[in-house]
Amino acid sequence: MCVFFDQLYNFAHWLAQNRDEAEDLVQETYAKALRGFSSYQQGTNFRAWMYRILRNTFLTSRTGLKATQTVPLENDEDGPILAVADTQTPEAILIDRSNQALLESAIDELPVHYREVLLLCEVEEMSYQEIAETIAVPIGTVMSRLSRARVALRASVRQKLQRT
Amino acid sequence: MACEQWRSQLDTYLDGELSAESMRTLDAHLRTCPDCTADVLSRVQLRRSVKAAGTRFRPSSEFRSKVQKQIGTKRRWSWNLGWTLATATLAILLLASGINNYFAKQGLREQQLYSELADLHVATLGSANPVDVLSSDRHTVKPWFQGKIPFTFNLPELQNSEFTLLGGRVAYLEQSSGAHLIYQVRKHEISVFIFPDTTAIASLGDSSKARQQQTFNVASWAQGGLRYVVFGDTSADDIQKLSSLLKSAGHA
Repeated sequence: MCVFFDQLYNFAHWLAQNRDEAEDLVQETYAKALRGFSSYQQGTNFRAWMYRILRNTFLTSRTGLKATQTVPLENDEDGPILAVADTQTPEAILIDRSNQALLESAIDELPVHYREVLLLCEVEEMSYQEIAETIAVPIGTVMSRLSRARVALRASVRQKLQRT
Repeated sequence: MACEQWRSQLDTYLDGELSAESMRTLDAHLRTCPDCTADVLSRVQLRRSVKAAGTRFRPSSEFRSKVQKQIGTKRRWSWNLGWTLATATLAILLLASGINNYFAKQGLREQQLYSELADLHVATLGSANPVDVLSSDRHTVKPWFQGKIPFTFNLPELQNSEFTLLGGRVAYLEQSSGAHLIYQVRKHEISVFIFPDTTAIASLGDSSKARQQQTFNVASWAQGGLRYVVFGDTSADDIQKLSSLLKSAGHA
């Protein structure tokens, strides 16, 4: 349980942005997984199934509802990914340990739909297919959402670095 | 393709989600374009930092015990077999998921290699000239590879089998040159790839039994420092038979 439990907790904390709520989320996820185990289809991705339960629990929680209501999704989300290509020159974004906090706050400030795909991809190292299964959207949407999340993160980091 | 167009694909490239063909083309582009290479490096650095920052929260030991107790309590309360089985299976799956996570990268690598082999197989069969040495005689095909690839190999005698050798060509995988042989069984054509068993190519993994990859049936094994991959749309049984023939020839 250890490796998976820690990861699930970390993801819950990023979603809820609060220790108590993250603990409630994980606890409820385990309870729901045990209760609804019959709905798990053998042979499908178990990790995606657990993360999906956690995410759905979050989205229907008060914090989740608030987070999704205050940040409407862009309506051209399924549009061509080229449209959101990062056209900035490739100057190095230098992040070292001293400004790790800056990056954490940039991730924290991302809209929840961007934050979750970014974390599932870069922290959980899920494939696009796994992310699509977890958040129940087509792969094309995963790609465009991820691309937008990265553009937004880079822009935010640049802005914060300029300010320091 | 211009740099601007590549830029929009750099993250997909780093995620390992581009098609094998695009991967190759972008690899080649990066070798000649310092701007895009600098961009890739910057993105890699940011990713590492995001990964480090993203693993920020850890559960307290009290919370861990609480959840463990929660699962344990449920098991004591529910004596019925269904619950016990469900909990046991959940525990096994949780463990498997942990292990799976460790090997996720390895799995992705394996998928990429199989995807490249699928491309080689399909592109070769679709070509007007699928083979460079056209012969059913193993004593013609094998010597043709001399000086073209950095190793030699044995091919099986097919006289009493239903397989026919159609010919061969040189193939490249992970910067290594190897042999690509085409066999026929009934109307099906099967690719046999032989490469040096380098660390990168060894990610294909050993499977004594034929299994499905990219909708094809495949078998892969290492023998005498070489990696053999048998690949085709024919039945798993055919793949198995041809693999056995190749294995016995390899021991000869």
